[in-house]
Parts: sequence; structure tokens; C-alpha cells
Amino acid sequence: MSTPVQVKSISKSFGTNQVLRGISLDIHPGEIVSLMGANGAGKSTLIKILSGAYPEFEGEIWIDGEAVRIGSPLEARAQGIETVHQKIDDGIISGLSVAENLLFDRIGLNQIPTFCSPKRMVALSREVAQSLDLDWTDSELRADVYQLGIADKQMLLLARALSTKPKLLILDEPTSALSDKETERLFVVIKKLRAQGVAILYVSHRLGEIDELADRIFVLRDGLIQNEQAPPFKWDVALHAMLGSEVARELQHHEEHRGTTELLKAEGVQLFAESTPFSVGVRSGEVTGVIGLLGSGKSEFARAIFGAEPLIQGTFTLEGKAYHPHSPTEAVAEGVYLVSEDRALDGLLEGWNISRTVSLPFLKKVTSQGLLNFRAESELGSDLIKKLGVVAQSQSSTVESLSGGNQQKVMVGRWLIQEPKLLLLDEPFRGVDIGARREISRQIGNLAAAGSAAIVFSADIDEILEVADRIFVFVEGELRLETYLSNTTRSEIIQKMSEVA
Amino acid sequence: MNMETPAVTRIQFNVRDLLVKYGFIAVTLILFLLFFTTQDTFRLSTTFFSMLKFTSVVAITGLGITLSMAVGGLDLSVGAVAGMSVTLSAMTMVIYNQTGIVAVGIVLLAGAVIGAVNAFLIVVLKIPDLLATLASMFTVMGLKLVPVNGQSVSSGMILRDGSTARGKFTDAFLKMDTGKVGPIPYPVILFFVLTLITWFFLTRTKWGRAMYAVGSNPEAARLAGVRVKRYRALAYILSGILASISGLILASRIGQGDISAGNSLLLDSVAVALVGTSVLGLGRPNAWGTALGAFLMGVVITGLTIAGFPYYGQDVVKGLVLLLALIFSFTLSRKKSRFVPAV
Repeated sequence: MSTPVQVKSISKSFGTNQVLRGISLDIHPGEIVSLMGANGAGKSTLIKILSGAYPEFEGEIWIDGEAVRIGSPLEARAQGIETVHQKIDDGIISGLSVAENLLFDRIGLNQIPTFCSPKRMVALSREVAQSLDLDWTDSELRADVYQLGIADKQMLLLARALSTKPKLLILDEPTSALSDKETERLFVVIKKLRAQGVAILYVSHRLGEIDELADRIFVLRDGLIQNEQAPPFKWDVALHAMLGSEVARELQHHEEHRGTTELLKAEGVQLFAESTPFSVGVRSGEVTGVIGLLGSGKSEFARAIFGAEPLIQGTFTLEGKAYHPHSPTEAVAEGVYLVSEDRALDGLLEGWNISRTVSLPFLKKVTSQGLLNFRAESELGSDLIKKLGVVAQSQSSTVESLSGGNQQKVMVGRWLIQEPKLLLLDEPFRGVDIGARREISRQIGNLAAAGSAAIVFSADIDEILEVADRIFVFVEGELRLETYLSNTTRSEIIQKMSEVA
Repeated sequence: MNMETPAVTRIQFNVRDLLVKYGFIAVTLILFLLFFTTQDTFRLSTTFFSMLKFTSVVAITGLGITLSMAVGGLDLSVGAVAGMSVTLSAMTMVIYNQTGIVAVGIVLLAGAVIGAVNAFLIVVLKIPDLLATLASMFTVMGLKLVPVNGQSVSSGMILRDGSTARGKFTDAFLKMDTGKVGPIPYPVILFFVLTLITWFFLTRTKWGRAMYAVGSNPEAARLAGVRVKRYRALAYILSGILASISGLILASRIGQGDISAGNSLLLDSVAVALVGTSVLGLGRPNAWGTALGAFLMGVVITGLTIAGFPYYGQDVVKGLVLLLALIFSFTLSRKKSRFVPAV
């Protein structure tokens, strides 16, 4: 029983993009190993390999002292690897009863008789539920699964994962939808599983949780393990490893600008159900950089300012007047624009050319009495191409024909050329080459120099240092640091990001 | 990408692209020429215009479907609305003895109201498009029967109170279907004008542009500041109005309040709108495509009927035409066609 689950020099490429470059780690029975890494570090790729979603990879996985083949999720389960994925509702099969959901993994492994009376089903599922001390009554087990609360669903998934007696349990951000209280309850269970001898791989962005649970941590960046620690954990070291060191990248220094007039005031803003409200002001004439890990609330803050999502609590003032946008339309009318985080998912329109993409938020400006002026629209497109140096055949090229960096130039540029009062950019450098990144940074700097306000939201410290004059550090929905670039250091920022609540 | 793609496959790809782009127009032309050369009756200009005239009802409802598809939905209530319009016209003129103008006004208003109800169900009550319009389809089909006791309305019928209906379909109203400008019947003119307007609206105005944005990616449209809900609502209201216009033509053609009128209209108009998406390989709902789709359906049905093809085989042919268009749109096209709403 004491042989660890071993991952031996696993590599994985997608086309020319090598995502994992020889990862080796072992997880012993009765041990919680935590995997950390920023977006794109390779965490989810590793999880997908272990759970059978990517059957093709280099390297080996050893269980019980033998190399095993994992070619599908079912094979992974048969070999004793169970995964509880981040999105709870993806694991729940709605329309089935709680009992059927509990038995679902065993049904897949043919461990349940083909004809099974509801009574027997409930009895079998009760055994599964009891593995986690879930004392659900028969009528609760018979009920439709949608009646369960989110925390109970998470417990169900965990119990289900345990029903096949796994050797390795992978938990991917299991608390992201849970409240503090529900999280506590989950941790009791996880610790009990550890005591029972299950090997657990715990993936999270929340340092406090890792601190409480993990017996060892591995930090992943650029497909390599950069840091391995046993307690007591040094979080600044871990975060340095996670975010990259100064020498690793060439830094573009910029002259710091300081704005004088306060444009947007946020008062008593609460981003998450259990986070402490904060107040802060954003000034024109400077670039504000908001840095925080995934789940730090920076996207929520951006979307609230843009009217795309309501605030839990708090008020905004724009130029001294109350500002409560109920929709992006209202924000755009006020000159507050957002470049959204995921351009593929909620930015680009398939088959639309550059001109059309650029004019969409400002159709009024290219129409008279509702009629489109194609020439004005086309000029808008060619203006943008010139101004941001977009590499494209013409303004009538479709956006999906462009490279990632040029797509992003279009998405940023369409707001930039309309003289925003406040431009919000959520992860503007993701999937963008270095040339485009420099160009976009330069444009953001020029925008601020011309008297507008810009807020760049990013999880990457280099990006923030490259573009921001003033820096906000967000941790779990709270503002932990507010300072000017010249008053702080990289280490201080990382220190603040790593402070556990 | 593999850089050593042999030349042969490249040519095949070009053929495929050509097929996607012009395949459907070619099929229409070939069939038209086939019937034109082999069938004497098909060559008559009266055949041509009566074919267009019969097509116009399906085409105009199809334009409504095109609008609802442009915002990423699908209006299943159009056939029911057209059917309701027939009964409503008859009631207004025959039972309440009003003029044709009044009937037209009431029918158009009713179409807009049903469209607005659909919009309310979809936008405010958040019922998926297909399901909401399915429900309103049934409701409208049933509701129109209530004031007429489930009976067709015709001049001289005995009313509920025992009296005889005094009114009749006015000559002006009947003229909507039978009237001509030169050789061209009024419904054909209406068909052409409404196609032109819909095309202009969808491609030349900011409202049409916004609708396509909503249909293509509603979240991207919302984050670009487009009022997504308003445009979805507008599409359904316009669709209701277009369906009631085709109902008016139908009423004028039948000359009485036939309660079964409009029953087969829904499937035909969904088919022509879907066929329309494949025209020129656009892969999106569009007005001229829908018009051409309706035209092709008309050519095929008329041609085969003249050739003695049995009427009960027509649906097979319509199905195959639709299938061919869908193969152009989904199998052969490299674009991702995404105008079909998910339930």
C-alpha cells in the first residue's frame, strides 16, 4: 500500500506548442500534494492526462509499481484515478436521482447489476454516501439531484469518486463555488480521506487552503516544475517560481505618470459574498494595474464597472456623478469601455471582418438615420489598422484570419480609437506575442498620457510592471495594496499576493 | 498545417468551395432549364407568374423566419399567425361587416401583438425560442377557433344568434390576390418588395447589423454595448407582422375564413429560410437567400406537377431539396454554421 502513484517525465505538445516539458512527481498514499501554477502553466493539461482526457503524451504513469496505460477517462477510473473537476455542475447528471448520481461511476465500471430495483439502488447508494458520513435519508436519495445545494453536490461528487476506491484522487479547485463554511466541511472530509490512506492531488489558487491541507507543494510554470516544498511553506518563494523571476524576462521600463484628477471612485465595493468591502479611486492620466491570481475578483471588478455584472454591494462615482450602469450599453454611452477577458468566447464574431468588428459598439457613428455608411465604416477599420499596426491584408479581412496578437490589437483598438474616458482591459496580453504586447502597452500608455484613465487587469506581474503606473493588488476579492510603481518592488507585490488571509 | 499539400487536393478543395458558394444557385438554374426545355406548359409566362404567386405566401413567412433566425432563434408560430389572420380577416368583414382596410389593420396589429407576446416569453420569461414559439403556436391555433365555434367563416353563414352574416369579403380585399400590374400579380410584387425591404433592413441598417451580431454571439454583442433583448424582441415582432401579411394574401386567395388555412405553412417556410442560408455559401439567414429558396421550391413543385408527378410525393421532394441545402451548409462548407437555436 505504500507504493506511491508516480508520474514519470510526462511531456505534452499541441502542435508546436510544448505545454509540459518532462514533469515528474510522486504522490504517496495518505498524502495531499498541491499543484500550483498560473494560467497556461500546464496544470490542467497534467490533470487531463491523469484523468484520461488526453490519451496521447510522452512519459509514464506508475501505479502500484507498474506502468499503466490511461487512454480514456474510463481507463483512468479502472486504474484507480478519480478526478473531481472544477465545474461541479459538469459532473452532476441532472434528471437522475441522487442515488443514481452516486452510483454513476460504478455503473460505468459495470459494478452494478444491469437490472437493479430502485430499492436496491438506494441501498447501494447509501453505502456510497456513508463513506463520507453523508446521512441522507431514503427519500433524499430518491429525490432529483437538482434539489441538492451546491455544497451537497460537491460532496456527492466526492463520495462518488470514492465509490470506486481510487488510489489517486484529483481535486481541481474544489472550493471555487463553496462558501467558507462549506469549505470547512469539505476540508474535514479531505483530511479524513488522507487519514484513510488516499493519495490526493489538490489543485487550487487559494494559498490559505493549500497552507492548511498540503503536505507538499509543486509549482508549475512553462511546463516545468520550478519549485517543490515541504512545510513550512515559503509562499513568496512559491509565487516567485509561479510568476517568473526578473532575470527570466527582459523588462520594458517606462516612465511613471501620475494623474491628478480622480475619474472613478468606488466606495464600499464588495466583490464576493464573504469578502470585505473596499473603497478606491482611479485617476485619469495614469495607467492603473490590477494584479491578482485567478479568483481574486479582478474580472468581477472590471465587469461591474462596465455594467456587465451587478455588484454585491457598493457604489461608483464617475466624474463626481453617481454612476450605476445596468448594462454595457449604458457604460459605453458614458465612455467607459471594456476589452473582455476571453476574446474567442465573448469578443470575436465569426466571419465578421475588421471594419464590422470595429464599428459594432459605435454603430451610431457610422450611420445616419439608421442607415449604415459603409465608407465611414471601412475608414474606421483602416484607421485602426494604421494606428495599431495590425498585420492584415485589408480592413475587410475576417478577424479569425488574423494571428492572436493582431486579433487582440483589433479588440483593444476598437475601443481605443474612440477616445475612452476609462478603458478597462481584462487580461489584454493573453495569447498575444511579444510584439503585439509591446504595441498594446504603448497605446495604453499614450491613452493615459492624453488624459484618459486605463485599468489593466492581469495575473502576470511582468505585464503589470510593464504597463502600470499605479498598482492595486487583489486577493480573494479584497484590495491588499494600493501604491505607485516607484514606491513598490516586485517582491512587495508578490509578498502581498502571497499573504494568506 | 502540412506544407506539402499536393496540388490535387488543393484543386478538390477549390471545387468544394465553388460548390458551397454557387452549388445551390446552379441547382436552381439547372432544374429551371430542365423543366423549361422539357415542359411546354412550364414555358408559359402565366405559369411562371402563377408559380411565383403561390410561392409568395411561403416566401413572406420565410422572411419572418429569416429575421428570427438572424437573432439566433426560430419563430415556430408563423404558420399559426398566418392561419389566425385568415380567420380574423373573415370575421372582420363577414361577421362584423367591416371594410377590407379595417381587416388589414386588425390582422397586422394582431400579428404584431403575437410577435410581442413571443418576445415577452423569450426575452422576459427566458423560455428558449423554440419552446416558447411552439407554445404560442398551439395557443394561437386553438384561440382562433373560439369566436367562430370552430367553423370556417363564409358569407351568408348562420351566426350564433340565429341571424345570417351580413358581410362578405370586399372586392378590394379579394383584389389583393387577383390583382395584377401588367402580367405581374400583386402578391408577387409584395413578395419582391418585402424581400427588398428585409434585405435592406438586415444589411444596410444598424438595426440589422446589431441583429446579426446578437445571432452570432449574444455575449460578444452585449459586451459591445448592443441591447440584445431589444433586438431579439424586434425580430419576433417583425416576424409576427410578416406572418400576418402572408395570412392576408392567403385570406384573399381563399375568399373565406377557412380554419385549416396556414396549417402547412410553418414547415414550408422554415425549409425555405434554411435553404436560403446555403445560398452563396453565406451560412447565415438572409433575405435574398430565402426568396431564392422559395423560388426553387416553387420551380420544383410546379415542374414536377406539370410533369405528372403525384401531389402526395411533393413533401419527399421538399425534404430532399432541404437536405441538399443542409449538406451545402453543414457538410461541405468550411464555415461553422450556427444559426440553428439550441433548445
